[in-house]
Amino acid sequence: MITPDVRRFGAVKDTLKSFGLPRIIIVVFLVLLWAISMFLEIPFPQLLSDTLVRWGMNGVLVLAMMPSILAGTGLYFGLPIGIICGLLGGVIAIELNLVGITAFFAAIAFSIPFAFVLGWVYGFMLNRIKGSEMTVATYVGFSIVSLMCIFWSMAPFKSPAMAWPIGRGLRVTISLADRYEKVLNNFLSFNIFGIMIPTGLILFLLLMCLIVVLFFNTKTGIALKAGGENPRFAQSSGINVDTMRIVGTIFSTVLGAIGILVYSQSFGFIQLYTAPLFMGFLAAAAILIGGASIKKATILHVLLGTFLFQGLLVVALPVANKVATLGSLAEISRIIVSNGVILYALAQHSGD
Amino acid sequence: MQDIGKEYFGNRVLSAINLQLKPGEIHGIVGENGAGKSTLMNILFGMSVIHSTGGYEGKIRVSGKEAQIKSPLDAMNLGIGMVHQEFMLIPGYTITENIKLNREITKPNLASRIVGKRYDTLDVVAMRRDARKALDKLDMSIDEWATIAGLPVGYMQFVEIARELDKTNLKVLVFDEPTAVLTESEADNLLDAMRVISNHGIAILFITHRLHEIMTVCENITVLRDGKMVAQRKKDETNIYELAELMVGSRVGEVMRKPREDVTDEKPILTIRNLSVEMPGEEVSNVSLDIHKGEIIGIGGLAGQGKIGVANGIMGLFPAEGEVVFDGKQIELNNPTNAMMNSLAFVSEDRRGVGLLLDSSIENNIAFTAIQRQGKYLKKFGPFTQLDKAAVRQTADRMIKELDIRCTGPTQITRRLSGGNQQKVCIARALMLEPKLLFVSEPTRGIDVGAKKLVLQTLVELSEKYGLTVVMTSSELAELRSVCDRIAIVTEGKIAGILKPTDTDVDFGLMMAGEKHDNA
Amino acid sequence: MKQTDIQTMDPIPSPAHEKRITPDKVKRFLINNLVTILFVILCAVGLRLSGLSMAFYLNDIVSRFARNSFLVLALIIPVMAGMGLNFAIVLGAMAGQGAIIFVTHWGIAGMNGILLSVLICTPIAILLGWMTGRLLNRARGKEMITSLILGFFANGVYQLIFLIMVGSPLIPMKNEVLVLSSGVGLRSTIDLSGGLRYAIDDVIRTPFPQFVMYLSLIGALYLVSVIIRMRSGKVMVQQYSKKRLITLFLLLLAAMIWGLVTSLSVSMINSVRVPAFTMIIIAVLCLFNIFIVKTKLGQDFRTVGQDQHIAEVSGINVSRTRVLAIVMSTLLAAWGQIIFLQNLGAFSTYGSHEQVGMFASAAILIGGASVSKATVGHAILGTILFHTLFIVSPLAGRNLFGDAQLGEYFRSFVAYGVIGVALGLHAWKKLMQAKNQKKV
Repeated sequence: MITPDVRRFGAVKDTLKSFGLPRIIIVVFLVLLWAISMFLEIPFPQLLSDTLVRWGMNGVLVLAMMPSILAGTGLYFGLPIGIICGLLGGVIAIELNLVGITAFFAAIAFSIPFAFVLGWVYGFMLNRIKGSEMTVATYVGFSIVSLMCIFWSMAPFKSPAMAWPIGRGLRVTISLADRYEKVLNNFLSFNIFGIMIPTGLILFLLLMCLIVVLFFNTKTGIALKAGGENPRFAQSSGINVDTMRIVGTIFSTVLGAIGILVYSQSFGFIQLYTAPLFMGFLAAAAILIGGASIKKATILHVLLGTFLFQGLLVVALPVANKVATLGSLAEISRIIVSNGVILYALAQHSGD
Repeated sequence: MQDIGKEYFGNRVLSAINLQLKPGEIHGIVGENGAGKSTLMNILFGMSVIHSTGGYEGKIRVSGKEAQIKSPLDAMNLGIGMVHQEFMLIPGYTITENIKLNREITKPNLASRIVGKRYDTLDVVAMRRDARKALDKLDMSIDEWATIAGLPVGYMQFVEIARELDKTNLKVLVFDEPTAVLTESEADNLLDAMRVISNHGIAILFITHRLHEIMTVCENITVLRDGKMVAQRKKDETNIYELAELMVGSRVGEVMRKPREDVTDEKPILTIRNLSVEMPGEEVSNVSLDIHKGEIIGIGGLAGQGKIGVANGIMGLFPAEGEVVFDGKQIELNNPTNAMMNSLAFVSEDRRGVGLLLDSSIENNIAFTAIQRQGKYLKKFGPFTQLDKAAVRQTADRMIKELDIRCTGPTQITRRLSGGNQQKVCIARALMLEPKLLFVSEPTRGIDVGAKKLVLQTLVELSEKYGLTVVMTSSELAELRSVCDRIAIVTEGKIAGILKPTDTDVDFGLMMAGEKHDNA
Repeated sequence: MKQTDIQTMDPIPSPAHEKRITPDKVKRFLINNLVTILFVILCAVGLRLSGLSMAFYLNDIVSRFARNSFLVLALIIPVMAGMGLNFAIVLGAMAGQGAIIFVTHWGIAGMNGILLSVLICTPIAILLGWMTGRLLNRARGKEMITSLILGFFANGVYQLIFLIMVGSPLIPMKNEVLVLSSGVGLRSTIDLSGGLRYAIDDVIRTPFPQFVMYLSLIGALYLVSVIIRMRSGKVMVQQYSKKRLITLFLLLLAAMIWGLVTSLSVSMINSVRVPAFTMIIIAVLCLFNIFIVKTKLGQDFRTVGQDQHIAEVSGINVSRTRVLAIVMSTLLAAWGQIIFLQNLGAFSTYGSHEQVGMFASAAILIGGASVSKATVGHAILGTILFHTLFIVSPLAGRNLFGDAQLGEYFRSFVAYGVIGVALGLHAWKKLMQAKNQKKV
């Protein structure tokens, strides 16, 4: 019989453990940098505005990690695949010369069929390699990005907004300035104490989160979570775990496609070619910072992690610039922090 | 070995074992599962599972000198060898490499003289010679450079033995259930080999449940039961009936429930014909059984004999073949959904592995299968569903009260519950399907004594209150005898027979040991 | 009855005494070597499309082989020890690269510079290897993804050191050639001409045909010695079939004659110079790898790679053995990077080490290795094939599509794809074999 004291202690220990060492370090680091920034007279409202924007911008991409983790397929290092689907949708929307919010939603609509198909194929492949999903995913992802580079170079698109003036193929970066740049950001945005709140963007992120929450409360969603947590348990209840894994992968791919479009509209550019290569790692790092593990993730992890990670990146640059003119410190710290966090998660003896 | 004892976190599995072994003696150790045989051997062989959980009590003396055995290496250095039940053979290696594992013969070379012994060259020729010698001792003509993968099981076992024989300082060789995987002729070969080995002056500890084998080769026999030594006999002083009786023992347990004599009067509600199940370690080869409505029937037998496989096979958790008819309907095998749709439910023996989502709440566990298979606890919105959390909470509260599950509330994570309460959650989950027949496997395994009674009581109440037919598979004969109407014993994958709880210990012991009984 | 999982990752084994070439045997050969065969075809096609002359190609491939094979060979030991592809050889490469940078800064040239670099990077590489090994032990079962991410992480730290800290008070360095004009951070390219460039290569340079001649001579002599030892019973007969030995001998003879004839002729191939000393070093490493397998240590590596539990129970210190494997691999990678850089001459400070892990892994996989089995032969064949593709892709791309860049993309696609496919196939095979085991 477990006595009340033991139980309570167990609960406290659980909370501390679940909060995680890296998260504590990052929070402390972030607060420290904020303090330093104020000391260095860097305008805080500006920092916060930028953080909020980047939070909304990256949130859906990080959200894409969740279904894959919950289904038991680990961190979704195949995010480049979802991103490519989104890029395809975006490019088609431009070719059809759409503008404004219509263009944005059209891009999403176009990308979803691609995401479904590729997600299905990808999920099918993952089922054949249980246990090595993350490693193989990384390389397949890289490989497909390279393949798409060939495609982008030879694509039959004609829109002058995208194509090279001479010869075939699309440009590396495509501007969204006259189309739907910041269309979500500016929607219902307002200023408070000098902080610009990109309401539309945040609302969209929360909407996506809501959809994810609702899904995981459906019969399929519950089955999917069980399959990821304990496949044998799920099987004994008559659930086809392999099918659930594919569903999870498709969902992650779709979110990835939507995510890159949200990102691009905020950024103002669609980036083709090798841009998607390392985005999977950044998203993975963000959700891990939020407290998720390779086997468990919640919406809180997504939101918190994205906020912390982006907050860190936003404040690091100006601080570094003031301390010493070190321009690339932001990029370097991004590499170190994101990969360091993933390493910590991997070394957690979570067993295979 | 003197006064050997062992405790696992307050659970005593072994106490006051005394054993003496003379050179060249073949000593048999018999007992049911959980009697402590494997634990005793793990202690002798220095396995880490003993040392990482607090060590052992008592003293071990080898050749008169007291010995501290803290690792398999220590045991090996003292001349103790073990032929494990699960072969310690590397399939990708040759016989020679396996025999010489970490004891390879080497020659120093230029590099090793500078850097260290680990860089010595392997002397493959010398190793093959030694391997050949060991194999010849066992009369095996197979090529010593053949790979293990693909060899028949009997051969692999002999390679295991050859490996131990190759250890020149070998004094004691332990055989842990060696004949479990062998055919009859292979088993005979093994017994002959044992005689040869003992003639070389090596003492043998032979653990088995096959009583006739014990009587064939052993000089002395120790019987373990519930972690205690109940008897030590010389072969000439005993017979298989006495051994069977000692193994099983008449436990004066509370008879919880008077067994019904009239169960077989009604027509059977579940008929099983020619069931075979591929469950690793618990294969069922041909089981036919009739189960009657409203009875509590027990399925017993020694570990690895197949009793666990029966329920697992019918409920579709492992590949199965055969014919199963429940309540007039044919049950499709290899299909958990089908079984459940036909009002069968299952509480698995692997509580933590299969029975629970350890990191989910009690209420989510209880409601799970009912949600997935019967669409309960869901609110429908066209093609979409949403969990009806209020309904789940209500049900969970009710089950917590009814089954007396001790917890902080329905949201508590099941990992934090004690074994007995976890078991109740599993039972609750199965009950939510409103089944007509419930299979329960090892209901009280790993649960402390006080909670055991509660779980059994719960099962009895369910049977009486709801008219539920209960099929209880258990390795604890005593509890089966205290609760069931009839008990079927499964030996070597088949039904050896059906006994009444009041039948004698000898009856049970012999049937479980697979011996033919005179008055069968 | 549960048995230890049979994890024979080795090619699907053929029954012991099948000597004839049956269609079944051919099919098995194809399946087991799918990736390599695909690549040979790819390279052959690519060579054709690129329009390169043999001399040009040889020159390039000899050069690339000399500078890359050492790094590829460094991957063998961790594979033996069951730790998969050690993508973290990048850390070793960084140690070597860092040493070269500092030696260049101190202006020490030639062989002295090389020796000093080796001296400096060795303890650093050992330390890094030790840390990597400890980390991989904590992430058992996920070694490859961990080493991959570790590589990225280390790259970040490398940039931190050489872009941010060098020149600052933390690591003072006043050098106008190497350091950026701001005084902090190294320039993005470093040129070793006049310093360490070709320091090893230049020791001996032999024309290609002559090199082939000498190589085949040595090979033939070795074969003869093996045959003599076989006759006197010192070596196991069954390991080498007579037919194979004779075919091998004839091939070597043919190569020797070709080498002799060509070197006396006016062929362009004579202008291809092979850096013989570098090749000797590489040969030494090959011999080292072969030697290790025959030692107790090598057997320990293999045992740990086959089954960690059994190894532990038999008394092998599994953790320490695994760390040792990684330390050796990292150290070899450090030295390998020195060889690489001295041949390259001018290198990208922040780029040349980045892809070391991935390129070496792709190369060895192409050569036929798998996550659980890698030999010297795989490394050599793989390096040749992989770099042939490197040479050929941009030109083939230009000739085929009018765009060399496409060739580059294609090359990346193939390189990454190969690793992904090889890893995937391996994982799938493992699952299939486990399933079949249950049925047996």
